[in-house]
Amino acid sequence: MAAPCSLSLPVVALAALALLSPRSSAAGHIEVCTSRFWFNYRHVANTLSVYRSVKRLGIPDSHIVLMLADDMACNARNPKPATVFSHKNMELNVYGDDVEVDYRSYEVTVENFLRVLTGRVPPSTPRSKRLLSDDRSNILIYMTGHGGNGFLKFQDSEEITNIELADAFEQMWQKRRYNELLFIIDTCQGASMYERFYSPNIMALASSQVGEDSLSHQPDPAIGVHLMDRYTFYVLEFLEEINPASQTNMNDLFQVCPKSLCVSTPGHRTDLFQRDPKHVLITDFFGSVRKVEITAETISLQRDLPAVESRYSSQLLQAHDRQSSQFIISLQQQLHHSTGDNWLKLLHKAKSEGGDMEDRMEEEFTEPLQYAEQLPVAQIIHQKPKPKDWHPPGGFILGLWALIIMVFFKTYGIKHMKFIF
Amino acid sequence: MAAAGAAATDLEVVRGKRAALFFAAVAILLGLPLWWKTTETYRAPLPYSQISGLNALQLRLMVPVTVVFTRDSVPLDDQEKLPFTVVHEREIPLKYKMKIKCRFQKAYRRASDHEEDALSLSSVHEAEAMLAEPEKQAEGSLTVYVISEHSSLLPQDTMSYIGPERTAVVRGLMHREAFNIIGRRIIQVAQAMSLTEDVLAAALADHLPEDKWSSDKRRPLKSSLGYEITFSLLNPDPKSHDVHWDIEGAVQRYVKPFLNALSAAGNFSVDSQILYYAMLGVNPRFDPASSSYYLAMHSLPHVINPVESRLGSSAASLYPVLNFLLYVPELAHSPLYIQDKDGAPVAANAFHSPRWGGIMIYNVDPKIYNASNLPVRVEVNMVQVMEVFLAQLRLLFGIAQPQVPPKCLLSRPKSEGLMTWELDQLLWARSVENLATATTTLTSLAQLLGKISNIVIKDDVASEVYRAVAAVQKAAEELALGHLSSAFVASQEAVTSSERAFFDPSLLHLLYFPDDQKFAIYIPLFLPMAVPILLSLVKIFLETHKSWKKSEKKD
Repeated sequence: MAAPCSLSLPVVALAALALLSPRSSAAGHIEVCTSRFWFNYRHVANTLSVYRSVKRLGIPDSHIVLMLADDMACNARNPKPATVFSHKNMELNVYGDDVEVDYRSYEVTVENFLRVLTGRVPPSTPRSKRLLSDDRSNILIYMTGHGGNGFLKFQDSEEITNIELADAFEQMWQKRRYNELLFIIDTCQGASMYERFYSPNIMALASSQVGEDSLSHQPDPAIGVHLMDRYTFYVLEFLEEINPASQTNMNDLFQVCPKSLCVSTPGHRTDLFQRDPKHVLITDFFGSVRKVEITAETISLQRDLPAVESRYSSQLLQAHDRQSSQFIISLQQQLHHSTGDNWLKLLHKAKSEGGDMEDRMEEEFTEPLQYAEQLPVAQIIHQKPKPKDWHPPGGFILGLWALIIMVFFKTYGIKHMKFIF
Repeated sequence: MAAAGAAATDLEVVRGKRAALFFAAVAILLGLPLWWKTTETYRAPLPYSQISGLNALQLRLMVPVTVVFTRDSVPLDDQEKLPFTVVHEREIPLKYKMKIKCRFQKAYRRASDHEEDALSLSSVHEAEAMLAEPEKQAEGSLTVYVISEHSSLLPQDTMSYIGPERTAVVRGLMHREAFNIIGRRIIQVAQAMSLTEDVLAAALADHLPEDKWSSDKRRPLKSSLGYEITFSLLNPDPKSHDVHWDIEGAVQRYVKPFLNALSAAGNFSVDSQILYYAMLGVNPRFDPASSSYYLAMHSLPHVINPVESRLGSSAASLYPVLNFLLYVPELAHSPLYIQDKDGAPVAANAFHSPRWGGIMIYNVDPKIYNASNLPVRVEVNMVQVMEVFLAQLRLLFGIAQPQVPPKCLLSRPKSEGLMTWELDQLLWARSVENLATATTTLTSLAQLLGKISNIVIKDDVASEVYRAVAAVQKAAEELALGHLSSAFVASQEAVTSSERAFFDPSLLHLLYFPDDQKFAIYIPLFLPMAVPILLSLVKIFLETHKSWKKSEKKD
């Protein structure tokens, strides 16, 4: 009935959710699902359910980084395509119409996850894939997948250890990328992941202790897989009762899913947190309430000031005289708010004033806008392979060399090397 | 035969011993250091001592003030002492260890004839127009004119006047201690125009412990190289209101001059958009007394998040985005007012959120409904709207109302909405904030490198760190000399370089190997080699020991 998550299945589904919810500026969330393949449907459903609750409580997509390691909704095995259900009898479709997945499928790797956390993303990364938090943001990180004692599997090919996670949080703290951080993990032996944290202002929750397995909730006969994990199921029931103005505190969240319902023992860690958990509201992390001030004073402006636009027309004529094409193109970029017909009028005027300039102006006019920092095409198409990090030789190579050395010693006769053996 | 054989084996034994010792020597003296060197993470050298020195950097801010005395302002014998220079230094304590020294360097001199003529005109504004030479005054400096006690330039009981450019006027005194008294008045005026404790505390609010300063100080935007300003018109009810706003004209007329005045503080780009069917997330309540709808103050924070997802600010640039929303309420909820905590409607009908932007509610004039059918055409009065938005923009940047000394007249604001010395104040605050941020970043980087052992520092990252340290030191020097504009540029460069060094993608630490994995890797490689060497060394040592003992016994 309930499938333990630490079976030695080669599937690693990673689901991670990161949420930012600052007290007075934007909230941020990171939600990571680290599991791949169809039978880890429940990890994706976990992540999407938390994502949905958090959006319901008011966090916009721009503050959520959602990483899903596999696509369940459009999976060929899904009998109901474009849906991901979290309750049996298909009551609740958590995929919805407005899901925004930031990191999908093979982009969910340990390296990308750590880059998002520490902010060391390449300069070409779009805004939606960055964690734009500052020192006033409260961050919620939700991770689910298959894990073990001290590690969490990503995509069935790599793992993240608890020490790396602790170091990443320390780097976030050094750069003041968070004010307070809530870390929720739903995997087997999840409590081992928060053992090594050492940065201040972190609170952590896990679905099971070291040595225990987190179990899944209920299979669905129509879809054929387990739909959710127990711990996340009960956390979600708890969150459904929260609205943006509610006053429930963290101690209630710690009581969610006792051993009788969850079979595993959920754990939590609050020693690094500076405030008392009973004074910490759930909405501090799961919702976001901005600080707002009434605008009491206004300035007075003169009614009919001349527009500053005339500056641009005289500059254009000067450029015309100087015959510099560069200037005209940069003018094009600067004119955000010049109306279209104004610009054309000026252009026509300039055109009519110069005979042989006309051709040059036309070809300059059609030159495309320049975009900043564009990679040359050659580099996009044939990207140089990244220099691989040195890994120590694997077991096969070591065994081979051990065999060779033994044979060497046997062949040349140990007895001749009296003074060695 | 046996003796020859024995001699031969003896020779072999000695050779064997030497060979074993040589192996051991090569392995330990050459192999171990080579292995250590090739497996350590590459770290280009960094100026750690300079970085720790930055923490203890004493910031000295200098404001050069030129004080010009007219003929009847002070007694004659005092006038003869001119020109000379007085320095007034004050320490502003901000944190237990951190103090900032503010120094006002007053250069006293006599007025020239041109200035005397200007200051004997009848009104301050005419005098200023005659004296105005704004290009000559360096950023951060001030000029104070001292006029006679009974001059009619200022109204009767006003003791001082603060002008829109970097000038001020103070009344003189015919008294023995004239210089001291006037000096104090000048310092009061100069402080209001440049550096006060509030200005600096607001700039450093992020670096101070939270409980010390009120929420007022946490309003301003963080210093950044540029900002993106977005004006949005929200029309939830297009069936009833056909709203038009001349945003381009308003931006050209009102916003662009303001941003040009602020251009020293960063690059600005302005966008605008119109959103239809965008509702506020909160339902307004009906107030039967005034037969209007209102939004109570406690429901205002919940307005912003549902709207923000539709604003598309994530598609904008990487600079911080400031959103200004103009909301035209739907016909069913018109007119809509914002109530403050006492229940009174707010005059400007607008509110703002620090580091995010502002929202203003524009109520349509009910008279236009009578004449025509729905949808009615609404022309937004851009002046009224821009007055509120520019005021909010000033507050978001931290340009607050100045603390004027008593009996002081503040000039009316300039057409751009920003006085020159307010810009100077902003630049002072930003320079200090940039220096604090850069120092924190560099110190954090040094600490991280100490704590996490497998972070790689490449050469270009190291050069950025050197550049950042040099820029911080240069900025501190320029601040002490009073050159505000070059100090600000240096501080911006310091922040950019330090952020680039800290957030360089190559700094991501290598994957971590726990200790037991390291043993598992190295043992199969080194053990087959080390065991014979060690055993042979042990054997040699035991034999030598035995032969010593034997030779002792013999004796």
